[in-house]
Amino acid sequence: MSAAPQTRPGLGWLLRMAWRDSRRSRGRLLLFLSAIVLGIAALVAINGFGDNLARSIDEQARELVGADLVLSAPQPFTAPLSPALGRRVRARSEEVAFASLVQFPRGEGVRLAQVRALTGGFPYYGDWLVEPREAVAAFRRAGSEQRLALVDDALLLQFNARVGDSIKVGRLRFLIAGRVTKTPGQSGLNAALAPTVFIPRSWLAATGLQQRGSRLQYRQYFQLSAGTPVDRLLRPLQSRLDEAGIDADTVSDRQRQTGRAFGDLTRFLSLVAFVALLLGCVGVASAVNLYVRDKIAAVAVLRCLGASGRQALLIYLLQTAVMGLLGAALGAALGTGLQWLLPRLLADFLPVGIRITVSWPAVLQGLLSGLLVAVLFALLPLLAIRRVSPLRTLRGPVEEEGRRAPDPLWLGVYGLIGLLLLGFAYWQTREIKLALGFVGGLLLAFGALAGLAAALRYLVRRHLPTGGSFVLRQGLANLYRPNNQTITLTVAVGLGVLLLAVLFLLQGLLLGRVELAGGGRQPNLVLFDIQPGQRAGVQALLREQRLPVLQQVPVVTMRLQAINHRPASFYQQDSSRGVPRWAFRREYRVTYRNTLISSEKLAAGRPPTLEADGRPRISLEEGFFRRLKLQLGDTLTFNVQGLPLETIVSGTRTVDWTRVQTNFIVLFPAGVLEPAPQFYVLMSRVPDNAALGAVQRALVQRFPNVSAIDLALILRTVDDILDRIAVVIRFMAFFSMGTGLLVLASAVVVSRYQRARESVLLRTLGAARRQVLLITLVEYAVLGWLAALTGLLLAGVAGWALAYWVFEVPFRPDPLPLLALALTTTLLTVIIGLLNSRAVLTRPPLEVLRSEAV
Amino acid sequence: MLKVENLTKTYRSGGRELTVLSDVSFELQAGDTFAIVGPSGSGKTTLLGLCAGLDRASRGSVWLSGIRLDELSEDERAAVRNEHVGFIFQNFQLLPTLTALENVLVPLELRGVRGGAKTALALLERVGLGGRGHHYPAQLSGGEQQRVSLARAFANEPRILFADEPTGNLDADTSERVVELLFALNREAGTTLVLVTHDLELAARTGRVVRLRGGALVSDSLTEAAAAPPR
Repeated sequence: MSAAPQTRPGLGWLLRMAWRDSRRSRGRLLLFLSAIVLGIAALVAINGFGDNLARSIDEQARELVGADLVLSAPQPFTAPLSPALGRRVRARSEEVAFASLVQFPRGEGVRLAQVRALTGGFPYYGDWLVEPREAVAAFRRAGSEQRLALVDDALLLQFNARVGDSIKVGRLRFLIAGRVTKTPGQSGLNAALAPTVFIPRSWLAATGLQQRGSRLQYRQYFQLSAGTPVDRLLRPLQSRLDEAGIDADTVSDRQRQTGRAFGDLTRFLSLVAFVALLLGCVGVASAVNLYVRDKIAAVAVLRCLGASGRQALLIYLLQTAVMGLLGAALGAALGTGLQWLLPRLLADFLPVGIRITVSWPAVLQGLLSGLLVAVLFALLPLLAIRRVSPLRTLRGPVEEEGRRAPDPLWLGVYGLIGLLLLGFAYWQTREIKLALGFVGGLLLAFGALAGLAAALRYLVRRHLPTGGSFVLRQGLANLYRPNNQTITLTVAVGLGVLLLAVLFLLQGLLLGRVELAGGGRQPNLVLFDIQPGQRAGVQALLREQRLPVLQQVPVVTMRLQAINHRPASFYQQDSSRGVPRWAFRREYRVTYRNTLISSEKLAAGRPPTLEADGRPRISLEEGFFRRLKLQLGDTLTFNVQGLPLETIVSGTRTVDWTRVQTNFIVLFPAGVLEPAPQFYVLMSRVPDNAALGAVQRALVQRFPNVSAIDLALILRTVDDILDRIAVVIRFMAFFSMGTGLLVLASAVVVSRYQRARESVLLRTLGAARRQVLLITLVEYAVLGWLAALTGLLLAGVAGWALAYWVFEVPFRPDPLPLLALALTTTLLTVIIGLLNSRAVLTRPPLEVLRSEAV
Repeated sequence: MLKVENLTKTYRSGGRELTVLSDVSFELQAGDTFAIVGPSGSGKTTLLGLCAGLDRASRGSVWLSGIRLDELSEDERAAVRNEHVGFIFQNFQLLPTLTALENVLVPLELRGVRGGAKTALALLERVGLGGRGHHYPAQLSGGEQQRVSLARAFANEPRILFADEPTGNLDADTSERVVELLFALNREAGTTLVLVTHDLELAARTGRVVRLRGGALVSDSLTEAAAAPPR
C-alpha cells in the first residue's frame, strides 16, 4: 500500500507528535512552565537594568564629575598644575569644602551642612538643577559684591525655609538665591547625609571658618579642550601629585568606580533572581514528573508500534523545551517591562539618569537560561520514559521486574545541573569561593527542606493513628499516598519563606547594629573642629547647658608618605607587594595617647610609646595592618602638614567600630604631636531635641567654626536609607515568593488530576462535600505549616550565622512578624489547595469521572 | 514466520521464583491463523508478549521472520515490531490525544513513509470509518475504537498480527463486526495472525488452537477452519 521512500522519521515527525500529544495538556504544560516566568522576568529585569545602567554611566560619566578633571587635597594647592596642562585648560573653578553648622535665622534652625565655597563656572557638564534657573548666573556673578547662597532642597524643606530667606554660615549671613535639587556628582543619598550650601569663594575668609587645623578640602575643577587625553597627560605627573597629597579624579576614573559599584549591586540582585528561577525549576521538575506518569500508557503504545526509547523521550522533551522557551519569552517580556520600574525603585541610589532601552543581551540570556533550566530539570523525570516497557499495553501498570540500576544519564543530568548552577553563580559573582558558597547554601537549603519533608512523610506513614477522626486520618494519609506532592510543596513554600525571613532578619541586624550605637548612655552629640584655644570655652559652654563632657580627644591630620623608606610610586610600580593605592592617598586622622581605651583591644605587640631614639612607636588597627601587608617593626613615614615624621609599627589592636567613640586607625604615643596643628573632638549626650537646639544655637553664636553632629539625625537617616534598600531587596524577594506560590498552584493543579478520582470516589461512597474539603484542608495545612516552619528554622540559622560572624551583634529576632509570615504562608497554601478542589466538588461525580477518564 | 523454542518465563516475587510460562514450543508458517486459549493466569498474555518481542524470555528463544528476538536490544526489537508486527489490544490502546486518522498514521510515520495519509484514509474507509478520521478516540464508541485500531494494525502491512482479547471489551453484536473485519483484513493481506482469547468460538475461527494451563502447553490442535479453504 505504501510506495514512498522509507527513512527513519526525523525531527519533523517528532515535532508533529509533540504537537499532537500536547493537545489535551497544553493548559497544564503552560501552567507548570509558568513557574519559570517570574524567575526569568526577575533575571532579565535585573540584567537589562544592569546593562542600561552601565551604558548610562559610560554616557554620563562626564556629567557625573561635572568637569574633565578634578584635583583635591586637604591643604591649599602650592604649585598649580595648570602649566602642565598648558593651553588645553579652557576653564578652571576652585572650591573649598568643609562641614559646618549653618543656621536659618528666621526659625532659629541649626544643622550640620557641607559648605562648598565655589568660584568659577563649575559644573561644566551636566545639569545643575537650581530654582529659579537665573539663580546660577546670579550666584556666579555675585563674587565679592553680593552675599548669595544656593541651598540644598532637603535643607530648605527641613527648616521650612524659602528662596529669599537668609542663612548664616559662620559669621556671615547669606541671601538664599536658589534651591538646589541636583548637583552633578552628588546622588540623592549624598544630599540626605550632608546637605550642601554653596557660597561664593570670595566670602570664605570673612566667615571665619577657614582656620588653621580646620578640616578643609580644596578642589580645582578643570574644563579641558575637547579630545584632551587627560589620563595620558596625568601619568607622568602621578608621582608629583602623590607627593603633594593631591588626588586626581578623571572621567574615566569615575566611570570605572561607579560602574564597579553598581555592577556589584546588579550582580547581587541577579543572584536573588536566580533563586526565584531555581525555585521555578523545582516546580517544573515535579510537575513534569506527574505529567510523565500520565503519559506512560501512551508511551507504551508508541513503543509497541515501534518507536524507540529515544524517540519517545524526544517527543516529550520537545514539548517541555517549547514550553520552556514560551515561558522564558513571557518572562523576558515581563522582565523587559519591569526594567522601567527598577530605576524608580532605585532612584535615590542612582548617580545618573537612566535611559531604558530593551537590552537584547539580557533578553537572549533570559531565553537561553529559561530553555536550559526547563529542559535540564524536566529531563530528570523525563528520562524514565526511555525505560517504559511496551509490555504495559498488555498488562497495564505492572511493577517493574526487580530493582533497576540507576540510569547513568540521570547522574549526568544532575552533574550538568550542578555545573550550570556553579557556572551561573561564578559568572555573576566572579569569585569562585562566593559561587561555591552560594551553590552550597542552596543545596543545603534544598536538602534540609526535602529531607524534612521526607522525614515527615515517613513518620506519618509509620505512626498514622488507626482510630480518631476519619477526616484527619485521610488528610494525613494524603501526605504519603502515591502521587503525593509533599516534598515539592515543602521545598517550594519553604524556600520562599526562607528567603523572605532571611531578608527580614538581615534588615533587623543592620538596624540593630545602628541602634546599638545610639542606645543607652552612649554619646549622641559630637563636637569637632574645636581649635586648641577654644577648648576651655566649649567645655564651659557645655557646663552652662548642664551637659556632660563624655570624651575629648585631640586629632591631627596627616598623610602617609613612605613605607620602609619607599615612596608611593615604588609600590605603584610593584603591585606584587599588594599595598593598595588608597593607603597613600587618604588622609589619616590621628590621636595620641599611651593607653588603649575600652573600645580597643591589643592584638599584637604593645601600645604606643615614645622611645629614647625619638622615633615614636605607633599602634595600627589590625585590619588596616593586614591590608597593607605590614610587619611589626616596619617604618612608616607620615607627612604631618608639610613635615615628615618617621614612626615604627610596634603593635596592632582591634577596634569595636560599632561603639560611638572617637576611634582611630593610627594611634601615636603622647609627646610627639602636641605642637602640630590640631583640633579637638568632644563628645556629649543631650537629653532631647530642645537641649540639642539650645546647644547648637549657642555654638553658632560663640564658636561658629565648631561643628556639631547630631547622631540621632544620622541614625534616622541611616534607618531611612536601609528602609529604601529593603524595599529593593524585598521587591526581588517577592519574585521568589511569587514563584513559590506559582509552583504551589501548579503542583496542586497537577495533583488534582491525580486526586480528582479519589475525591469523587469518596463522594460516590457517601462522603459529604464538607468532609472532602476538610481532608484537603488538613493535608495542605500540615504541608504549609511544616514548610513555613522549616523555612523559618533555616532562616534563623542563617540569621544567627550572619549576626555572629558578619555583623558581630547579638541575634535577637522579633518573633511576631516571622510568625505572621508563617501563618500567612500556611493560609495561602490552604486557600490554593481548597480553591483547586472546589472545581472537583461543585461538579457532579459522574461528570468528573467521565472527563478524567481517557 | 514465528518459531518459539522452549520458551520459559519466571518472575521473582517476594523472594520466590514464580514460573508463568514453562517450556513452550511451536512454529507458525506465513499466513497461518493461530489462537492461544486458556483460563485467566494461564500465561496467554505472557506468551503473546514474548512472541511479539514486548518482553524478554527467561529461557528459550523466539524467531520472528527469521530474526532471533532474544538477541536484540529493546530499541532493535521496537524496529522489528514496526517493520513486521501489528497489534490489536483488548482496551484498544489508541493514543487519546491523536485523531483516528493520526492514530492510523503513526506506524507509517515511524517507518518514514511519505504521503501515508492516503493509505491511512483508505484503511479507515475499509473499516467503515472514512468519515470519522478527525474524531478523537473519546468521541468514538468502543467498537469504532477497535476498528480504528484494526486500521492501525494493518497500516504498516505487518507480516504478523498479534491480537490480545480483541473482543474482550465489546458487546456481542459489535464483537461480531470487529471479528469479521479482522479476519477479512487478515485474509486480504495474507498476514499471520496470533490471537489470545477466552472465547472458544472465536478461537475456532482460526486454523490452529493451543491451550495453556499453568504456563504449560497442554494441547495443540488444528481446527475445522484449517481444513476449509480460505474464502
